[in-house]
Amino acid sequence: MPFLELRDIHKTYHLGGETIRALDGVSLDIDSGEFISIIGPSGSGKSTLMHILGCLDTPTSGTINLDGMMIHDASPRQLATIRNKKIGFVFQFFNLLPKLTVRQNVELPMIYSGLSGKERRERAMNSLSSVNMEDRSKHRPSQLSGGQQQRAAIARALVNDPRIIFADEPTGNLDSNTGVLILEMFDKLHQEGRTVMLVTHDPEIAAVTPRRIEIRDGKIANETDPKLAGNVPKFAQVTDIKSQKTPDMTS
Amino acid sequence: MNLGSIIESGLKEIWAHWFRSLLTMFGVILGVASLVTMSAFVKGKENLLKDSLAESGGLERIIVDDNDDLPDYQKHLEDEANGMTLKDVYALQKNAPLVHSVTPVIEKRSYRGSLRVSRKGKRVRYASVKGTWPSLLEIEEHELEHGRLFSDMDDLLANTVCIIGTQIRNDLFGEYDNQGEEIIPIGEKIMINYIPFKIIGMFKQYMSEEDRKKKEEAHAAGQTVARPDFAQVRAAYMSGDRQSGTVMRIYSMKNSTIMIPINTLVSKLDSAYDRGSNMDRSLSKVAMKIYDVSTLEKSLQQVRNVLMQTHKGLEDFEFETQEGFAGDINLSIQNERISGMFIAGICLLVGGIGIVNIMLSSISERVREIGIRKSIGATNMDVFLQILTESIVIAVAGGIAGLIVSPILVNTLASFADNTTPPVMTAFAMAVAFGFSVMTGSLAGLFPAIKAAKLDPIQALRYD
Repeated sequence: MPFLELRDIHKTYHLGGETIRALDGVSLDIDSGEFISIIGPSGSGKSTLMHILGCLDTPTSGTINLDGMMIHDASPRQLATIRNKKIGFVFQFFNLLPKLTVRQNVELPMIYSGLSGKERRERAMNSLSSVNMEDRSKHRPSQLSGGQQQRAAIARALVNDPRIIFADEPTGNLDSNTGVLILEMFDKLHQEGRTVMLVTHDPEIAAVTPRRIEIRDGKIANETDPKLAGNVPKFAQVTDIKSQKTPDMTS
Repeated sequence: MNLGSIIESGLKEIWAHWFRSLLTMFGVILGVASLVTMSAFVKGKENLLKDSLAESGGLERIIVDDNDDLPDYQKHLEDEANGMTLKDVYALQKNAPLVHSVTPVIEKRSYRGSLRVSRKGKRVRYASVKGTWPSLLEIEEHELEHGRLFSDMDDLLANTVCIIGTQIRNDLFGEYDNQGEEIIPIGEKIMINYIPFKIIGMFKQYMSEEDRKKKEEAHAAGQTVARPDFAQVRAAYMSGDRQSGTVMRIYSMKNSTIMIPINTLVSKLDSAYDRGSNMDRSLSKVAMKIYDVSTLEKSLQQVRNVLMQTHKGLEDFEFETQEGFAGDINLSIQNERISGMFIAGICLLVGGIGIVNIMLSSISERVREIGIRKSIGATNMDVFLQILTESIVIAVAGGIAGLIVSPILVNTLASFADNTTPPVMTAFAMAVAFGFSVMTGSLAGLFPAIKAAKLDPIQALRYD
């Protein structure tokens, strides 16, 4: 049974008198331990899909089965608990709280899961050392570079040991070298057996993942699955891909 | 999320904007301080009024006065009405078992011109000479500090002896001698209407607790304190501060009393008296004390029944109880309390609106933060509690600051208004004020907290 199972997901918004179909019948299976990217131009519905997968939003219709739980009609409170325990988010703008130190930021998810102060501190430091940030634990986000902030954000996403990590344009605000480092970090997480999902508009970044799902106009337009194609791009190829002219994968 | 970390994050948030939070707290500080201050002043006044009620005999004291205004159907019998006499006193002693003690009083006052109390050219400005029995001491709550009471024999023989109040002593002898010792003029002679009277006793000095403290301090420092004389009291009474005037008057009048045996007054000071029978001499009043306040109505009825007999059915007397005074006290305290509460309530309301305002602007600054918190697992309840806690923390901090400020405020105001009643701060009033501040914080935080909890996490994350 897949870890995440979407069946005929629809999401419609009403803006003024107009009905917008952000998602129009998306069905998707994601197995545990997969490394996936969702790709599509802005307005394609990929963010909406990530929000629904990430339990930040609920679909208008359709069913979602996450790890054996039907979450498409869960209450806000249940969704909050799932976000807290099973899901880690990494955002384009890092989204660290500027008033807290790095360590306090990493501790935040554990505050909401009700851990004691001592345990929080220990786990936060462990998580920070897994992204080589333990020496910056007392800094404020504003004292860090973009790459360091994103590593702190990854540490925060990992701290509650989630089953799946969603990264929304995680390299969008970084220079390309730092971006590669961050992508390497996601690859490492994938190697360790976690499910990781990248959301991006950039085919080059999507190329690092074995499986790529392209969204267009709220539908899955194209899917590259190594299980089907057998052609697995390796992470080492990313720099090559970047230097070459990338083949248009959307065609 | 446990309460400790909620409060911790609330305090952090407030500390991060300490100046803004301080300004917000001012409303609550003022509200709490004004509530405590108001209740301190009202309580002080209440204490003083209740003291003075007890000082003038308490609720158990009843006075029977003459009443010239007979009911209409008895108007034609006016000549028969000869007011209260000793006969009534004896009749009441025998026939009114609910009355504890009863005593006749004939009173002469100096300011009407009919009385002159003097010694060696010095004259008392105001004196009230009361010809009476020794039991008046108890009824009017007098305390003999020096010397002795007059005896029944003094009364029988119409001895020219007197017991004086301290104000009389002050006017005629001065308060302290050269060595700073209090003058106790027992055995000295004073002249009442040119007749020498021997001083056999002196009452203690009646004054409010506050005055007593002031006096002791001043005496320790070697000075004397100018106490309000009767003219001042009259001025206070006339100028509209009726209650404090009444209180001052009670103390001042008690200090200006001269008590002499009733027979002495009748036979020595009554110039127009024909010396027929003392029993027919009309009394200024009959003072009595009942056993228990709860039987006041019954006692009054009993006294009335007896007096209707001795007065041949003529109702030429009236009762004067202290119930009116007690009622006045309660009413005026209640009014002041309500108006004070009203002002303090408005202060707290303004403070609460200030908190609402600041919390709303605080959450609109932190929409993104709320989005982040929700995305990593904060429930709506967590966000709600966080905002509510911040608001309560502001109010509680303001409340504590208000409690700290209030004694300073009370003392400052008390020092400005020297001759008002001394304020009394009570723990109860402080607890109530603090409770109100917490309530204000909770109510004020409610709306912003609901607003924050309802934020959509996706919208909030996109917000700049």
